[in-house]
Amino acid sequence: MTLATAAQDSSAMVGRELRHLRRYPLFLVASVALPVLMFVLFVYVFGDYVGAGLSGSGSTLSYVGFLTPGILVMTVAAGALPSAVSVSTDMSEGIIDRFRTMPLARGAVLIGHVVGGIFRTVLAAILLTLVALFVGFRPAGGPLAWLAAAGIILAFAFALTWLAVAIGLAAKTPTGANSMTQIISTVLPFLSSAFVPTESMAVGIRWFAEYQPFTPVVGSVRALLTDTPVGNSVVFALAWCAVIAVVGYAWGLRSFRTKTA
Amino acid sequence: MTSDVSGPAPASSRAGAAAPAIVATGLSKAFGKKVALDGVSLTVPRGSVFALLGPNGSGKTTLVQVLSTLRLPSAGSAEVLGHDLRTAPAEVRAGIGVTGQFSAVDSMLTGLENLLLMAKLYHLARDEGEARARSLLKRFDLSEAWSRPPSTYSGGMRRRLDIAMTLMGDPALIFLDEPTTGLDPRSRQTMWQIVREFVAEGVTVFLTTQYLQEADELADQIALLDHGRVVAHGTPAELKQHAPGAHITLRFATSAGLHAAARSVPGSTPDADAFTLRCPMAADGGAVKRVLDRVPDGLPIEDITVHTPDLDDVFFALSGTTPQTRTEDTARTGDHR
Repeated sequence: MTLATAAQDSSAMVGRELRHLRRYPLFLVASVALPVLMFVLFVYVFGDYVGAGLSGSGSTLSYVGFLTPGILVMTVAAGALPSAVSVSTDMSEGIIDRFRTMPLARGAVLIGHVVGGIFRTVLAAILLTLVALFVGFRPAGGPLAWLAAAGIILAFAFALTWLAVAIGLAAKTPTGANSMTQIISTVLPFLSSAFVPTESMAVGIRWFAEYQPFTPVVGSVRALLTDTPVGNSVVFALAWCAVIAVVGYAWGLRSFRTKTA
Repeated sequence: MTSDVSGPAPASSRAGAAAPAIVATGLSKAFGKKVALDGVSLTVPRGSVFALLGPNGSGKTTLVQVLSTLRLPSAGSAEVLGHDLRTAPAEVRAGIGVTGQFSAVDSMLTGLENLLLMAKLYHLARDEGEARARSLLKRFDLSEAWSRPPSTYSGGMRRRLDIAMTLMGDPALIFLDEPTTGLDPRSRQTMWQIVREFVAEGVTVFLTTQYLQEADELADQIALLDHGRVVAHGTPAELKQHAPGAHITLRFATSAGLHAAARSVPGSTPDADAFTLRCPMAADGGAVKRVLDRVPDGLPIEDITVHTPDLDDVFFALSGTTPQTRTEDTARTGDHR
């Protein structure tokens, strides 16, 4: 098995995923729908009230400025995690068994899902950014900082897609995979600094919020996009991304080798 | 060419072409405490059709999974197309095609796109891949359906697309796991025709089935699998000699006729209420005629039914277990999906 054939097999699998995405754009729309809804709800319904609280705590950010990075990271989760459903669907339809009895480069199927998932996530993030710009978000800082923020978002998308693939391989049904990932993509952002600063939370939840992965990822992206001090949030964000990616990769590869449909 | 004139030269010129398609020795597979395969040994010659016959839960699918490199055996060994399953799975995969019990097609792509995906994965040149895809669509009567996703196909069409995808790799050995389960009679006939075409092309076929008739129609050799063991193997004719279930039922218009016939046909059992006579029959071509010749001339036969031995008869004769206990086994292990 040469590197060239491995690349050929993987690119065929990526092509398959991109074709799915093109044929069923609803998949993409569905993953940005909830973040956009939350965005609109928090800006236009709770915005004034939360924004007043925010400036009361000494922040100089507008609420749109505060919220956009949070919703952006939520969108990354909502874009990446549905890969679990496509992987699980493959498993239940037996097509993974077909691939596994073919002379394919090991892991080409998973690479297809990961690259396809990242591509979908990037599209979702771009869509959300456009909505944010329309609503009035104006990033501070320079292009270098924006590039760094994009890098963190890409790293988070990569990590979550691997996790999603692993969940999809471990789940018994696509429905199971869906509910498992929905919890991550909807509940965890609320228990982080995405919508409100963690300082305003009750003690137990605050402790959880400060140590879970969404908070440093949101924090670092927010600091980079609003030109505020980054602190050590970038280090924590990238460390979390590395941990999630490695766990997802190892867990996924293990399930892939042992499971059949 | 060799001087051997007893059969056609093998169509394949792959490595290990001289070896039998499959040689399995003492294959076992256990899932925890449940033993799915218990020391299966068998040999499948090149260019033949081998049928693995057995009820749900007998281990048919597990054996296909082991032989097609999806699962490692717990014990025993096997060579497929001359390559060891454990040490050379990639070489095995390069020569086989597998069509599982559940059609492994991508229902989000069209029929043609499914085939072209296979072409890419088998590293065919673009033109060659498209040409082969088009010819397979035509061969499997899918020319009208190429632009639709398989979710709009009938069961038979999905199965045919599945096999077409398998053929994109030009395999020397094809595994068909219950290829006709769930198909209507016409699709079943089509599938049989497809298998016969494989044979004409020199492709070796390893198929599993629950139907004796299917194995009888298609296979050169049949192995009977029960609780993970091969309980019998041989040609279809050899196996059917072991099955005593074959009989003819004759119905007569009158009780007098029934009893007259019962006296003339040895070993027959009359049913006085239904006016029917059950006549045992040997399992060969002339059997029906011989029974009818025994019936005295001038006795009007109202109806005649021929019962050939079915899977239950063969199983009862060869493994001693009754269909009822097997059904319970199946329900308990939940192996049927």
